[in-house]
Amino acid sequence: MDLSLGTIIGQAGTFLVFILVTMKFVWPPLTRAMEERRQKIAEGLAQSDEAEKALEKAEAEAEQIIRQARARSSEIIDQAGKRGNEIVEQAKQDAIAERDRQVAAAEAEIKLATNQAREALREKLAELTVTGASRVLEQELDAGRHKVMLDKLAEEL
Amino acid sequence: MASGTPSPSEYVKHHITNLSYGEGLWTIHADTIVVSIALGLFFLFFFILAARRATAGVPGKLQNFVEMLVDFVDNAVKDSFHGPRQFVAPLALTIFVWVFLWNLMDIIPVDYLPLLSYKLFGLEYTRVVPSADINGPFGLSIVVFALILIYSVKGKGVGGYAKELLFHPFGKNPVLWPANLLLNVVELIAKPVSLALRLFGNLYAAEMIFILIALLPWWIQFVPGGAWAAFHILVIPLQAFIFMTLTIVYLSLAYEEH
Repeated sequence: MDLSLGTIIGQAGTFLVFILVTMKFVWPPLTRAMEERRQKIAEGLAQSDEAEKALEKAEAEAEQIIRQARARSSEIIDQAGKRGNEIVEQAKQDAIAERDRQVAAAEAEIKLATNQAREALREKLAELTVTGASRVLEQELDAGRHKVMLDKLAEEL
Repeated sequence: MASGTPSPSEYVKHHITNLSYGEGLWTIHADTIVVSIALGLFFLFFFILAARRATAGVPGKLQNFVEMLVDFVDNAVKDSFHGPRQFVAPLALTIFVWVFLWNLMDIIPVDYLPLLSYKLFGLEYTRVVPSADINGPFGLSIVVFALILIYSVKGKGVGGYAKELLFHPFGKNPVLWPANLLLNVVELIAKPVSLALRLFGNLYAAEMIFILIALLPWWIQFVPGGAWAAFHILVIPLQAFIFMTLTIVYLSLAYEEH
């Protein structure tokens, strides 16, 4: 064991220099990077948690929206069915009314024609009656004098 | 080594002689200093490289390895030292890696590097394990000793530290002051001395055993050599870790009120 003060001091000096270099150039960048990475990982984990929650929320929302849409669509289908029935019903009633109207018009026309024919028939009969009577009575019957009686006769027919 | 076939005692003596310049106490062990500086630069090169390239993203292999060590040392410091860590943690890292590299030199077969430096540079002696030279560990432990004093004053103030030196462990009575002081000084000095001697003793003994194994016939060397190397693999990081941990503990004792 040979002590050598020069070597000891040399080693001590070297040691100090190495410590200072380590302290200045090695330790801070490494620990900083490690700390940053730790934070990054922590942030990432927190974000993934949040994303999971957001996803759950979105899923619930989507389900709600789908449920609403389904309810609304069945409502619309119901309404459409009802409206269809109404239109058919309306059309039926319109058709019935039209038919009634046309039937009534035709009946009125028929009645008018009947009346006209009857009138014409009556006049014809009166003429014929007058003609027949004049033939029977020859000159004795004057159309002017017996008009009142002839009209009465015609009305009775 | 240099001339003819050495006797076993010459061989051993040659292997535990440092490459020295100068006389007496101020001798410089050039091999210890050069090897330890080279190892320190090796350590700093890779660590600074990793620190330069350090990203918070996905780390590469070098960064991963370096970060593992940094994390390991940081936790070791965190466990026992409760003050600010911006100096103590790099100190601990430097000690751990540097001492580990020192010790690792012991694994290189004992004749390789001395032979190489003899052939290349004509150097008569080369000892490549800085921790097996008592001056290497003492260089570290003297710095640790200075830091113990600095941290004692920093943590307790000059007055507080003086009080502790004078009042503990027996009491405040002025009659007991010399006894207290004596005990505290002995304890204080025992710390760096034991720190250095522990590391030195372990590595010196291991080196000695490797040298003795190297004296055996070449065809049998691998049996005891391999066994001792396998065992020594445990001692190398362990001694580095102990040196680091004790430094942290000493500084924490110095820094904290108790």
